[in-house]
Amino acid sequence: MRALLASCVLVASLVSQDTIRIGAKRFTESAVLAELMAQTIEAHTDLLVEVKTGLGGTMICWSALTTGELDIYAEYTGTGWATILGQTDKLTDPLRTFFEVRRRFRDEHDAHWLEPFGLNNTYALAMRESTAEELGVRRISDLVRHQRDLQVGFGNEFGSRIDGYLGLKAAYGLKFSNLTTVDHALAYEAIESGSIDLMDVYSTDGKLLRFELRVLQDDRQFFPPYNAAPVVRGATLRKHPEIETALAKLAFRVSDLDAQALNYIVDAEGISPADAATAFLEIEGLIDGVSTSAVAARRAFTRFRKAPPAPGSAVASRPGFWKLLSTQYGRVWKLLLQHVGLTLAAVLFAILVAVPAGIAIVSRRRLRRWLLGFAGLLQTIPSLALLAFLIPLIGLNARNAIVVLFLYALLPILRNTFTGISGVAPDLIDAARGMGMRPREVLWRVQLPLAMPTIMAGIRTAAVIGVGVATLAAYIGAGGLGGLIFDGISLLDTNLILLGAIPAAALAVTTDMLLGRLELKLRSPGVS
Amino acid sequence: MIEFRSVRKTFADANGKETVALHGLDLRIEPGQVHCLIGTSGCGKTTSLRLVNRLEEPTSGQVLVDGEDVREVDVIALRRRIGYVIQSGGLFPHLTIAKNVGVLCDLEGHAAKDVEQRVHALLELVNLAPSKFAGRYPKELSGGQRQRVGIARALALDPKYLLMDEPFGALDPLTRGELLSELQSLFSNLGKTVLLVTHDLNEAFALGQRVSVMHEGHLIQTGSRQDLMLNPATEFVANFVKTAHGGAN
Repeated sequence: MRALLASCVLVASLVSQDTIRIGAKRFTESAVLAELMAQTIEAHTDLLVEVKTGLGGTMICWSALTTGELDIYAEYTGTGWATILGQTDKLTDPLRTFFEVRRRFRDEHDAHWLEPFGLNNTYALAMRESTAEELGVRRISDLVRHQRDLQVGFGNEFGSRIDGYLGLKAAYGLKFSNLTTVDHALAYEAIESGSIDLMDVYSTDGKLLRFELRVLQDDRQFFPPYNAAPVVRGATLRKHPEIETALAKLAFRVSDLDAQALNYIVDAEGISPADAATAFLEIEGLIDGVSTSAVAARRAFTRFRKAPPAPGSAVASRPGFWKLLSTQYGRVWKLLLQHVGLTLAAVLFAILVAVPAGIAIVSRRRLRRWLLGFAGLLQTIPSLALLAFLIPLIGLNARNAIVVLFLYALLPILRNTFTGISGVAPDLIDAARGMGMRPREVLWRVQLPLAMPTIMAGIRTAAVIGVGVATLAAYIGAGGLGGLIFDGISLLDTNLILLGAIPAAALAVTTDMLLGRLELKLRSPGVS
Repeated sequence: MIEFRSVRKTFADANGKETVALHGLDLRIEPGQVHCLIGTSGCGKTTSLRLVNRLEEPTSGQVLVDGEDVREVDVIALRRRIGYVIQSGGLFPHLTIAKNVGVLCDLEGHAAKDVEQRVHALLELVNLAPSKFAGRYPKELSGGQRQRVGIARALALDPKYLLMDEPFGALDPLTRGELLSELQSLFSNLGKTVLLVTHDLNEAFALGQRVSVMHEGHLIQTGSRQDLMLNPATEFVANFVKTAHGGAN
């Protein structure tokens, strides 16, 4: 009886405890900083912490913070200034930038920048060492001479940011003739293989050390400072001021080199961001104890700090595909089931809505134009944008992803239902009505069975599109196989990419095949 | 009895332009009579037929079935009292022959066993062996066989009336002749009131006790074969009647 009472009290206290949600963008440093903050808060307050890593980008994290889906994430001053506040004025002084950004975020968005971690992860341009040597390029302004010949690959965000290529052009009078956009993580492989000569890099990126690259000097001081700091939602901070006290322990404790070391051991040595963070906090004496899970991380981190690996040195060998599969099959299976769940739920809802709607628009011309136009319009919205739009309405969860998949599934089912029903020969409808079938009976006995193959084809298209789009669910932390693919891309780990991509492809093929079989089974032998 | 009283019917095309399909039709089809509507295409004969089971509604005037205005009775009940046969049968391709014939009995809620018996009897009536045809699909049948199934289906609820729209339209001459003679005996045995639309005078004369000649929305003349052959009301009827081969003698 006593034990029961005690456990009730325990449960009650657990329930009443607030959970602080910390987010991270989809790159290593953001995940490591999130873990550092999470473990520090857990060690020094009574709060529970939940970490959501792998979120799709600045706008997804920021809109999640403003709508209360996240309480904290680590942001960079330059990004806050240019991307979130949309400022185009140039700032060069790190402290002035920080105070200006902090003031504007507090006044305009009730979001609070706590003391910075210390590291400045700025943008930089990098060239292959051998090419840079050959052309005699040391500074960004040296590039002007070669702007017609160089193959340039910039990341998506860098290419379109004011504090990226757009501003760089004006500051240095640069205009590259051969410019392509590549995924930032993949650009490393591209530059190593020689398919590009110049790329944008982050100065604390662990990957920088794995390739023989020369980071060019920003001789006109174009790039603003990118000091990382925790950004906390105002409401959360007022309710739990202890967060500020706890995170103050991290202020100016993470140097550029520390950050690069943490990034490196995660990227190159396969250590998890959580273990890397634990090792760092233990070494720095910010949390007590020596946890066994972080032993390897401690060793790797200490080795790095003693002697950073020389550029181009060999990466710790990565597990092969089968090894990876044998250790990760539980996770792959879980993600696969999530993937199926997301797609299935979305397609089922879409059928429930789009089939009746498709029937309804057969006889209503104005509604038809409106609905088909609307569903078509939805289809043209990039899926990532759609995911981001829905964060304020639905949040960072599976429901958001399901709504997006549902919206994409509408058009093929709606259009095929309409085409199928209106394609039934008019003389058959005439015969059915003339012999005394009620409209409902004409629909169920004649129109739907005859339109079924077309409707099924629409459902098939929707399901296969759904399996593909569901990989993007990972960007908002909704799970699915996309997580493996995107992690693999950012870690340059082909086997990890395959671990996600193969099941996703197999799922698409299987879905298509099974629905094809179902259609054949449902189809009357009288209709060829 | 089916009766048309000053029935006028106009259609508006996509541009809102009105065309007149029927200029005030007056016609009576007596019980038990086989009545043929004949004329060139666009003369209004099919429209007249479709007014009876209310697939169309008159712009003005009245259509009466059993003395009741079709617009004042339940349209589903009305249609189930009137068998409907269209060109090439209008069979549902996804249903077997048995299901096609039995679909109305099904909808009326008859027991499965009764439906099966009824379907067999109807297939035999139109000279299709049930054991051979019941389980087949329309695409496996010839045009003539499909049209017989269409007729069997129209008779499923034992309706008092039959409406037939070009029942021989899609058939080759040989099949057409065969079906024609079968229909003749069927009509004389069943005693249904039949309104049949055709553009072929030989069919009309072979089947119809009375024949109505229509032209451009007007009823020109109604009468027996003799009346039309011997006393054509207008030049049009005279010319039209001449096209019949193997005529009076």
